[in-house]
Parts: sequence; C-alpha cells; structure tokens
Amino acid sequence: MNSEMIDLVVTSAPHVRKKIKTFHIMRDVVIAILPVTIGGIYFFGTGHTLGIIVVAIISSVLAEYLGNLIFRRKNTIWDLSSAVTGFLFALVLPPSSPYWMVVVGAVSAIFLGKIIFGGIGSNPFNPALVGRAVLMVSWPTFMTTWVKPFYWKIGSKSISAITSATPLSIIKLNGYPKLVSLFGSKVALYKALFLGNVGGSIGETSVFLILIGGVYLLIRKVIDWRIPVSYISTVFVLSFIFGRDPVFSILAGGLFLGAFFMATDYSSSPVTPIGKIIFGIFIGFLTVIIRQFGSYPEGVMFSILLGNAFVSYFDKVKPHIYGVFVQKGGRV
Amino acid sequence: MKLFTYSPGGTEIEEEKWTKDKPYVKLPPPSIAVIPLLQHTGAPNTPTVKVGDHVKIGVLIGSTSVPVSAPVHASISGDVIAIEDRLCPTGSKIQSVVIKNDFKEEMVEFERVDSIKNLTSEELLKKIRDAGIVGLGGAAFPTSIKLSPPKNKIIDTVIGNGAECEAYLTTDYRIMKEFPDEIINGILIELRILDAKRGIIAVEDNKKDAADLLVQKITERNLKEKIEVVLLKTKYPQGGEKQLIKAVLGREVPSGGLPLDIGVVVQNVGTLKAISEAVFEGKPLIERGITISGTVINNPGNYMVRIGTQVSEIIDKVGGLSKKLRKIIFGGPMTGIAQPSLEVPVLKGTSGILFFGEEYFEMAPEEESPCIRCASCVDSCPIGLLPVFIDHAYRRNDMKLAESFNAVDCIECGVCSYVCPAKRHLTDNIKKVKQSILKQRKIEAAKKAAFEKLKQKREQENIEKEAKK
Repeated sequence: MNSEMIDLVVTSAPHVRKKIKTFHIMRDVVIAILPVTIGGIYFFGTGHTLGIIVVAIISSVLAEYLGNLIFRRKNTIWDLSSAVTGFLFALVLPPSSPYWMVVVGAVSAIFLGKIIFGGIGSNPFNPALVGRAVLMVSWPTFMTTWVKPFYWKIGSKSISAITSATPLSIIKLNGYPKLVSLFGSKVALYKALFLGNVGGSIGETSVFLILIGGVYLLIRKVIDWRIPVSYISTVFVLSFIFGRDPVFSILAGGLFLGAFFMATDYSSSPVTPIGKIIFGIFIGFLTVIIRQFGSYPEGVMFSILLGNAFVSYFDKVKPHIYGVFVQKGGRV
Repeated sequence: MKLFTYSPGGTEIEEEKWTKDKPYVKLPPPSIAVIPLLQHTGAPNTPTVKVGDHVKIGVLIGSTSVPVSAPVHASISGDVIAIEDRLCPTGSKIQSVVIKNDFKEEMVEFERVDSIKNLTSEELLKKIRDAGIVGLGGAAFPTSIKLSPPKNKIIDTVIGNGAECEAYLTTDYRIMKEFPDEIINGILIELRILDAKRGIIAVEDNKKDAADLLVQKITERNLKEKIEVVLLKTKYPQGGEKQLIKAVLGREVPSGGLPLDIGVVVQNVGTLKAISEAVFEGKPLIERGITISGTVINNPGNYMVRIGTQVSEIIDKVGGLSKKLRKIIFGGPMTGIAQPSLEVPVLKGTSGILFFGEEYFEMAPEEESPCIRCASCVDSCPIGLLPVFIDHAYRRNDMKLAESFNAVDCIECGVCSYVCPAKRHLTDNIKKVKQSILKQRKIEAAKKAAFEKLKQKREQENIEKEAKK
C-alpha cells in the first residue's frame, strides 16, 4: 500500500457533527424579524425608520469589533450575533428616535450588555433591552414620544397632529373605555393591535407579523415554545384576574415581540425546560404588576431584564434524569 | 403499526447508509490473524497454545476460569508465530495470539444439534460460553454472564436489539435481512435459558422491510404468541440499552443498575444469530458481520470478516483506497474510536470500520466557539442531564459540581457534541469528568475500607488487652 495515501489523525468521538453553527441560528433570527421590520417600515415610513435600523446594526457591529479588539478576544462579528442585537434594538425604539440616540443606545447595548460580561454567550441580560433601558432612563421624553402610523401622509407638520399615545398609555391616562371609544369597538381595537395599525416602537405593533417570525423560529427549532407560551398565557390570566381585558392585554404593547424575540435570548434565559416555564411565568407576573401598579404604562422591558437576573436560580430545577428516581420494576 | 420511542432527548443524524443494499460477502481469510486474548468486558484469557503450535479453525487458543470472560478461538488454520502484546482498537496493548495462515482452511468438527428440546438451560449456557459469544453491538459483554442473572432477579422480557441507530452502519440491518431465522432461534434459546415469557424484536422504522420480514418469519413459524416485532421511530441513540428499554417497555434502568434489575435482557440481533449458530451448529465466534464504509474506501459494503484480521489486509481485500486516508473509525461515528495504526485487528465487538479522507475535518471541526447557551445539548440529552453545566464544571475543574449534575449517569452517546452549534467538545469533557469522579470514588472507597480494617484491628487489640488485665 502506498504510504503517502495514509496520514492518520486520532480524535475523540463523536466523529461527526451537525452542520449547524452559531451563524446559522443568528441568520434564522434575522429572517424571522424581517416580516415585522417590513411592517414597521410600512407603518412608520421608509426614510427614518430604515435609517434607525441601519444605524443601529452598523453601530452594534462596530462596537462588537472594537470591544473584542480592546479585550483581545477573537473577532466575533461574523457570527452575526451583534448584528442581531442591533437589529432587535432598533425594533424596540420609537420610530422618531434621533440617530445620535440610536448610536448611544446600540453602543451601550453591546458594551454594557455584552462585551463587559465576556462577549457572546456570557451576557446575563438581554443586550438589546439593556440598550433600550439606558435610553429610557437617559432621555425619557424621546423614548415616550410616539408617532401615529402613516404620520408622513398627514399634511400638517404640527407635533400634536402626528404624535399619538400608545394604547397602553391611553389606558394609564384615560382608562380602557376611552380607548375602546377611540377605536369604535373592541373588535376594531383588537384588529388594529393585531395588524399593527397603532402607535408604538418600530417592531412591536403588529402581533400578526411577529407571529409569522415567531412561528418560523419555532419550526426551525431556534426557540423553545415554553418561554413565549408561559409568558403570554401568564399575562392573559393575570390581566383577567386584575380585571383588565385579557385579549387586549396580550395584544397591546411589546408583549409578543418581547415573548418571542427578547425573552428567548439564549444567554439571558434558562436552559432547562422547567426553568423556561418558571421564567415565563415570572416575567409575565412582573409585566402585569408593572402595567397595573407601576408608573410606566408598559412593563415588558423591565420585567424581562429583572427576570434575566434570576435565570441561574430557575436553572436549578433539573429535568427528569433517566434512572435516578425509579420505582421498583423500572416504573418512572 | 404504532411507532415506539423514548423521550425526552435524542436527535436525528444527517448521514448516508451507503451499504444498505449490499448483502454480506465473505472476505477471504487474512494471511495473518492477530487474536487478542481480551476482547470482552471482564478478565483476560491465558493462552492455551504455544508458539509453533499448529492450529485448526475453531481451536481454543485462550481461556480462563474467571466467570466474567469469554474464550477465544483460532479464526484461521496455520501456525502460531507469536504470543505478544499487540495494539488493539480499544487503544491499549493486549496479549494476542498471532497465527500465520497456511490457507488449508482445516476446521475442527463442530458439534451440531437439531433441536434444543432435550437440552437443559445449563447445557445451552455452556454451549454459548464455550463458543466465546459476547455482545456484538460493541460493548462485548460476555453473553453467558448476561444470561445467568442472580436467582432473585426474574427476567420477564428478552429484547432483540435491531435499532442500529449509529450512523453509516448497516451491520444489524443486513443480519436481519439475511438471517431472520437465526435471530428468532436466538430469541427462543434465550427465552428458554431465562424462563422468560415475552420476546420482542425492536427495529427502527427506517428498516421497516427488515421488520416486515421478521414478522413474516414469525407468523410462518407460528410463534406469534411468544415473539413480537415493534417498530421504533428512528432516533439516535435508541440502540443504547437504556433508551431501547424505555422506548419499548416504558421502564427505566435504575442509575448504576443493569437491565436485569427491571426484568429485561437486551441482546443485539447479531449476537442472537451468533447464539443460534453456537447452539445449533456448535460454531464458535470466529467471524462476524462488519460494515466497511466511508468516503475513501473502494467497494464499501457488508463483509463477513474473520476475527483478528488487520485493517491493512481489510483495505487490500476490499479493494483499496480511492483517496488519501485521514481517519479510521472502529464502530460508528458517534461513539467509535479513531485508530492510530493500520495494524489493529478486528475484534468480536467491532461492528464497523469507517474510512474517511480530508473531508473529515469538515465533518468534525476541532475549533470551538463560545457557548451561546442555546440549550440544544439539554434538549437532546437522552438521560436528561445538563451537558452545558457539566462542561462548565469540567472547565473550572470543579468535580464536586460536576458530580452534583449527575455526570456519572452519562452514557457517552455523543449527542450533546453532535448538536452543539458552537462545536464544543462536550461529550469528550463529560467523559473525562466522569472518569475522574469514578476514580475518586474508588480511591475513597478504598480509603474507607482501609480505615474500617484498622479500626477493627484496634478494637480487637483493645479487647485482647482488656482480657489480659
């Protein structure tokens, strides 16, 4: 036998790996947020909305590159995770955010949310939401100014003509009956919320488009059903208990975007199946409490960030281990 | 037909069974056979031949009186040219009998029987033991020991394992297609020995034609009362004993226990065939079916290979290499062992040999990227462990922490590494952790025993002193 034909390597099993890499997962997330992005651009205008998204993504990727350089880590911008962070961050901003604020937020998201904790996989909090929280406490006026959908079609340039409150803030100020009367009927309100024809952050208004992306992620097995399902159903049940309209409560605000795209962030959510359910229930509880008793009309962001802090405790609930709790005769 | 499976965990493996339609071909006998005296889990044999002896096929060349063992036999006729330590596919050097073939193919007379009706359990067991049968699925546990459970354990079910969940291998599939009667005989023999009521042959649904054939044979022989065939949903690692029992019966083997603790014996279909041949034909285990596959070997297929044939001769006899050979795997790609040399011989427990070229580096990238906590490993662990946390504990060298995550219950199936998008070496690290925990436990047990002994001695001395007073 020709010895040039043989050059043996020895490695440990398994000798074959699935072809999926971190990059492929992140690419799936990008695909999943495309419908809602297109929706956001449709509702809130091409120019500025698209600008915010592009600025957020570029700032995030640059921040990641610089961060890795400063901390002498391997360059990780090609795994797309920083682009995804920037993308998601843009979707939770008001459509009227100034570019300089977007840059500050995106850089905070990557630096304070991710780089200082050790980079990809090590962040205890959802980086996009960290960025948003920084802006929320720094420039609350910008962060609570909402434009009406299709505002650019309105001829008037006056602020009061194009701005609107989000449905949740209308409730906080004027009560639920007032909101229903604004839309005409409950069904019309539900429809507007489901399709996204209301004021809000770029990507949070259309439950329908979020669901398309969410279902895609579920089918591709990128995310687990446990967090979104337990989160949304907890909000539904608790809102009902507090006497709020449960259907409205789950459709309004950033709940669906948060449940499918923010709370499911890998590094800041539990890995165990039961832990995921507890996490979902916990942040659902916090969301309703903040909406009901807090001074903010919406509680998705703060409840997810607070829930993130407790993830290591939720992970303590181990799954059933084969053969450990077995009765006589092998019955489980 | 209802599909059985276990949950949670497991994964589908992207692979090709290139050799599915290749019937078994007898590989010509090798010019030299290297037959290690330890090919099973248990005590090594001592040689019963000397250098210079002439041996026929089937002659006993190594045995021991230790119960947990299986004797070995000459697989070719010729002269013993050496008895020395040789490198084995398991990675260690083991005393082996080296026979040079005279190509006369002389055989000892095998003792045939036509029916097992007049044989007692003990006689059947002796035939299985004398034939040197071990588990052919890979673990190579002596079959006669598996079939002699302690008196207090009652076995109700014998499961024939035709799951064959490992990628690329078609060894068991071809056995089921070509030797269905032998498999059924093997089950009947085991049911007799164990006095068990129920025989089940479990086959994954990607081999449905094999299952249908078995059903047909069982019906023809009017054995429907005794043996049933169940179809499993194709999923790795369903061929593992623990997963198979859960899939078929819904029972779990207790941690640290054996299937016989819950009344089950699982036997690979290849082993069942070997049992049948040992009992009816008196034939010792001198050859076995092996899948030879991979990307760089010419004529991949299923071959009947003599035990002790070296890889170099297999490559020549099968048809040589088509491209540069970079990796030889004994067993399947998920749990198999990569070989450093072409001189290693085929053992009783070798279910397949895979040959890969440069593309291996793409199949199993070495470089790790950071864990993204995607929980793929958690969701796919068939035992329900948290591989990501055991791996963290290993990297921090915290054995206590790893132990608290039940690292020792790992079955080393490789699924966690397989599914990891960050390509982290989870299985490898968990294996290392597991070994060091088990080692530590052994040391502690020994310490405790020594302490108890000392304590007893002191007490004895005190009693004696008291008595003297």
